[in-house]
Amino acid sequence: MDKLVTAAIVVVVVPGALITYIWGTEQVLRLLPERLKPTVRPWLWLAPALLFLAIFLIYPMIGTIIHSFQNHAGTQFVGLDNYVWFFGSEDALTSLKNNALWLIFLTLFVVGFGLLVAVLVDRVRYESVAKSVIFVPLAISMVAASVIWLYMYEYKPPGTEQTGTINALIGTAGLGPVPFTQVQQFSANTFALIVVMAWMWTGFGMVIISAALKGINPELMEAARMDGATEWQVFRGIIFPLLVPTLVVVSTTMIITALKAFDIVFTMTNGNLGTNVIANQMYAEMFKFNQYGRASAIAVVLLLAIIPIMFFNVGRFRQQEAVR
Amino acid sequence: MVKRSRWLVPVAAAAIVLVGCTQGTSNNKTVTIIGTWTDTEQANFLAMVKPWEDSSGYTVKYQGTRSINDILAAGIPTGVLPDLAGLPGPGQMADYVKAGALQPLDDVLDISTYTSETNAALVNYGKVDGKTYGVFIKAALKGLIFYNPKLHDYSTGAPKTWDELTQMGAANKGNAQALWCLGIESGAASGWPGTDWIENILLRQSGPDVYNDWWAGKVKWTDPKIKAAFDVYMDVVKNSFGGGTNAVATKFQTAGDPLFANPPGCELFEQASFMSGQGAFATKKADTDYNAFPFPAINPDYATAIEGAGDLFGMFHATDGAKSLMKYLVTAPAQDIWVKAGGALSANKNATDYPDNFSKAQGAAVAAAKQFVFDASDVMPSAMNAAFWQHIVSLTSGSETVDAALTALQKVADDAYKPAS
Repeated sequence: MDKLVTAAIVVVVVPGALITYIWGTEQVLRLLPERLKPTVRPWLWLAPALLFLAIFLIYPMIGTIIHSFQNHAGTQFVGLDNYVWFFGSEDALTSLKNNALWLIFLTLFVVGFGLLVAVLVDRVRYESVAKSVIFVPLAISMVAASVIWLYMYEYKPPGTEQTGTINALIGTAGLGPVPFTQVQQFSANTFALIVVMAWMWTGFGMVIISAALKGINPELMEAARMDGATEWQVFRGIIFPLLVPTLVVVSTTMIITALKAFDIVFTMTNGNLGTNVIANQMYAEMFKFNQYGRASAIAVVLLLAIIPIMFFNVGRFRQQEAVR
Repeated sequence: MVKRSRWLVPVAAAAIVLVGCTQGTSNNKTVTIIGTWTDTEQANFLAMVKPWEDSSGYTVKYQGTRSINDILAAGIPTGVLPDLAGLPGPGQMADYVKAGALQPLDDVLDISTYTSETNAALVNYGKVDGKTYGVFIKAALKGLIFYNPKLHDYSTGAPKTWDELTQMGAANKGNAQALWCLGIESGAASGWPGTDWIENILLRQSGPDVYNDWWAGKVKWTDPKIKAAFDVYMDVVKNSFGGGTNAVATKFQTAGDPLFANPPGCELFEQASFMSGQGAFATKKADTDYNAFPFPAINPDYATAIEGAGDLFGMFHATDGAKSLMKYLVTAPAQDIWVKAGGALSANKNATDYPDNFSKAQGAAVAAAKQFVFDASDVMPSAMNAAFWQHIVSLTSGSETVDAALTALQKVADDAYKPAS
């Protein structure tokens, strides 16, 4: 019954409110002089979105920054204590190091494999099938993907039946078993987690790069081939330079994804054995330890790390718009 | 159309938020409950409340989750709380009382009956400043050592001391591949079975006073007494099936399964009494397929202390339904329903409908215990608890030394036990 009421409200009241708003803005606009109308109308249309942005994004962001200078319950200002704690805690520094690994290697994996697959499948007849197969993992939720990979990585002691997919496979060749998520040397377990994310996002990189690839004028390549360029020279001299703006967009998206990494770490190792990342640590400080100040400080550090990349990304978009 | 759909999204979102809020408050004839029980345990709990639902006309809306700590911690400041909830432990219970969220039960329950029917140690754990806020509706005994009687039957001559256990274990190993089975993987709570080990060892080595001072932050982690307990644990890891790597990779639920393998992976397996509802134990018969003996004394002075845990239950909204259900849950007939289904020990002394001698013995031990200590990691501040779990995982996997772990844990303790500013 409750659900029916909800459905009715969404179906009737929401469009009703929208129509009333549009109608209302037009009524207001009528009162204005003619030359002001084109300036005011877009702002009226934007107003609801801006309002929600302010309530759900700007206000919490300012709140978080203020909290980051307060004690655990937010009752007292403690200056820079939370930041001093963050940069002095060994766990936090491990998380920072891991986020750096995520950032570098996830981006390399996704851009590298995405480019490779996009260029290769561009030349085969079953392109759409191959692309679909690689794209599918992106549609899986992160937690589900983590669970899948927990089964892939599962470890049983040597001499017993291996139930993990990878260990069972390499077992047939007489190798292993390898405790993938338990090996801490050289951050091997962090790489095992990065592989999961790369498995999911390679499809995304591939689709974007592939679209850009289709946009390259084939006559350019044909002309190069006529002049005797090898396929490698065509790639190095024509395809790659023309793809660079797209690769940059994919890279910046992946950098932001890497900084936000949480679900996979939380589900697969919970940050144990040196695999913790900043987002997971923020979650623990906030919801497990009730340290609102520290959690906010971590959030602010994360925000500051993301801002330059965002500016860079927006700048890129502007440049592209200008070219068009 | 395109322009309209752009702000249709936020408006629709707002509508959903508004509707969601109105749904959050329960109507008069339901009682909302959040607990840690899922699967079989959830079914047993629902069977337990069924007679009450039938007689009172109320419906119970139950949600089982392993992240109860996080949900309640987020619910306290926002006020989005269930009517009744399983509480993570006495430490968190005291926090919730301080935050003014938990309701006192002194006028809800028949306190004198409740006190007479329940072990005094358990009653005390539910109190804050003399008032009762939490009751135990089931209990568990920690530090049981499970064995497969078909390999060697310890029911007539269980080891009384740790040295005896080591000798007898080696003598009766038969074709088992290792002495111990060990598995400490448990999702976001990975490491807790290892902390149970440390607690049981420390309790028998240094006694309840040191134990209680330790979790209260008055004994340092770097104290030789604590290190001694860790050293014994590291020895267990060394003698475990598949070694530390396997222990870290193995879920606690299935960690004891190699007991029943052929040839057996191990001879002995330490876990709490609720293990009888988990993994391969769930399909085996107590008494004949598996049995258990109590954790032996290490220092003979501390032979009588036992470590237990319980499912503490508290009330956030004092509605009529919640009060009536609370009153029902502490009674013997209610607790007997779960006890009979297996996998649980009752907190109520009069609920003794155990399905086998195995659980009956543990139930009697809980009811009679003179020195009953609570699971230490559950009562530590949550940051301390999480660090304890985390370092147990590192230690077990062999990527950290005991001294390094204890120094790191003391560093966390220096911060976690600081009085709130």
